[in-house]
Amino acid sequence: MTDAADNEEETRGHSLWPIGFAIGVACILIGLVVSWPAVLLGAAITIVSGVLWIREAAGTHGPVDFAAGDALDGGTPSPALAAAEGQHLETHGRAGFLTLATIGLGGVIGAAVTLPSIGFAVLPSFTGEGIETNPVDLGPLENFPEGMFVITTFIGSKDQGEVSRRTAYIRNNGLSAANDPSFTIIYSRCVHLGCPVQPNGPKFEDKMVTYRDVTLTPVQPAGFGCPCHGGAYDTEGNRTAGPPVRSLDRYAFSIVDGNLVLGKHFSVGTVEGTAADAKISRYGQAYPGVHVDGLERWLYPIPVPGA
Amino acid sequence: MAKSARQAQIEKAALYPLDWTEERTGLVGYTKWFLFRHVPRDVNWMQTLGAATLTAFLVQAITGVFLAMYYKPDPNSAYESIQNISNEVTLGWLVRGMHKWGASLFIILMFLHMARTFLFGAYKYPRELNWVIGVLLLVAGMAEGFTGYLLPWDQTAYWATVVGININATAPFAGPFIAQFLQGGAQIGPDTLAKFYSLHMLVIPGGIMAMIGLHMYLVLRLGVTSPPWSKTAAGRPRPDAEPTGDRTGLTREPSSEETS
Repeated sequence: MTDAADNEEETRGHSLWPIGFAIGVACILIGLVVSWPAVLLGAAITIVSGVLWIREAAGTHGPVDFAAGDALDGGTPSPALAAAEGQHLETHGRAGFLTLATIGLGGVIGAAVTLPSIGFAVLPSFTGEGIETNPVDLGPLENFPEGMFVITTFIGSKDQGEVSRRTAYIRNNGLSAANDPSFTIIYSRCVHLGCPVQPNGPKFEDKMVTYRDVTLTPVQPAGFGCPCHGGAYDTEGNRTAGPPVRSLDRYAFSIVDGNLVLGKHFSVGTVEGTAADAKISRYGQAYPGVHVDGLERWLYPIPVPGA
Repeated sequence: MAKSARQAQIEKAALYPLDWTEERTGLVGYTKWFLFRHVPRDVNWMQTLGAATLTAFLVQAITGVFLAMYYKPDPNSAYESIQNISNEVTLGWLVRGMHKWGASLFIILMFLHMARTFLFGAYKYPRELNWVIGVLLLVAGMAEGFTGYLLPWDQTAYWATVVGININATAPFAGPFIAQFLQGGAQIGPDTLAKFYSLHMLVIPGGIMAMIGLHMYLVLRLGVTSPPWSKTAAGRPRPDAEPTGDRTGLTREPSSEETS
């Protein structure tokens, strides 16, 4: 191979057909998972690109120009062709084709193995699969004396068992102004970094009752405190001291056959007012430490799917 | 004194297996090339910190492989399996202890090795890329520490991981996604433990081994740095022929202070 041939290769540039070929094969592979029409489309792209690729490789990758006009006119063959034949130069059309084919096919095989594996590793975390949406039944309303917090622990997911035991601080607020039942249900995890906040006040452990796998312990807190980094909250879950960036998360609730049933978990910006009259600025469930309101919320513009 | 015929015969017999292997693999030569290198005359004990870090990693790898024979990455049995390793399995206390304390040693040695590299100026041309790989190794080592800390599945492990994952979640933009990936769902649970186990014993160690390979290749290629107080120039004598062509001007000429 001479320098001249190298330069010629450079000036001609690289073909786009191998890329089309690779796209076609990828389309076939994706189609096998997704739908048959995509397979047909991929096959068409593959065949067309492949044919054009071979045509181009065979037609233009010769080391010499054929000086077509001369040959057709019966004139002398071009001197370059004669020289090439004399020296038995390697025509790198074949070598180039094989090189590109190896790289292209290797890339396709590599992608076919890697992409599904990475998707398998990453995507299930964001589909929400494995999250149990069965409502949690916390038992009859009599267990929630009016005006008092109850430390309620429950199994969040029957499949996961004891590891999914969560704690909520639940206060029966009596009836609201509109004569609806009102409950304050505060999730125990600190909105700084997720440690369990504790009620600051006397616990009445002798009055603990259980309902199925739910435990209910009355408590009279003046507020909530986090043992990890000193976050402090009032009884509405508003931050009073320390590093937390919003108010404690809450649960919605419903009452089914006289039993209190936990609803959707949501995050709270701030709470104004107290108990049944509280005005809660409600946001979708966010990770601890993530701002839901104020300017800083723009640092977390994309909601995480599957949370 | 000339060797007796008998001595020569014994020597030949002893060396025969080596010669046999060398002829077929060339490995003896490569091993010599790997181990018997020129180093500056005034290297000191500080320059053994890299090898010490490598040894610490090998201890982690070997003990970890065998701990995996007894550990069960499931919320219902993880803690019991660790107690079993520590209290019941013969020599389990020793191997788990080596892994647990070796983990801290590995991190400490990485930092000491890094400090030596920094203070000796060994991150400078032409070793910049080796510094970059070293930093990636440090990050991977910390990730090993983070993922390994959950595996005992006791209160410390659980809450440390809760806090660790939520610290990740506070990073702008990508944070919540990283947290969601790490815990494999909305809460820490069985998926988190299995995922951390897989990351801890397969994914991250694989990456670390690959990066150690690159790191050591560059050490072999570029040689060991002289200490800053060295009176002699580092490395082997430079080749007479300077690089030609496009690279002219990109390579640094050794200044007179360095060669003196």
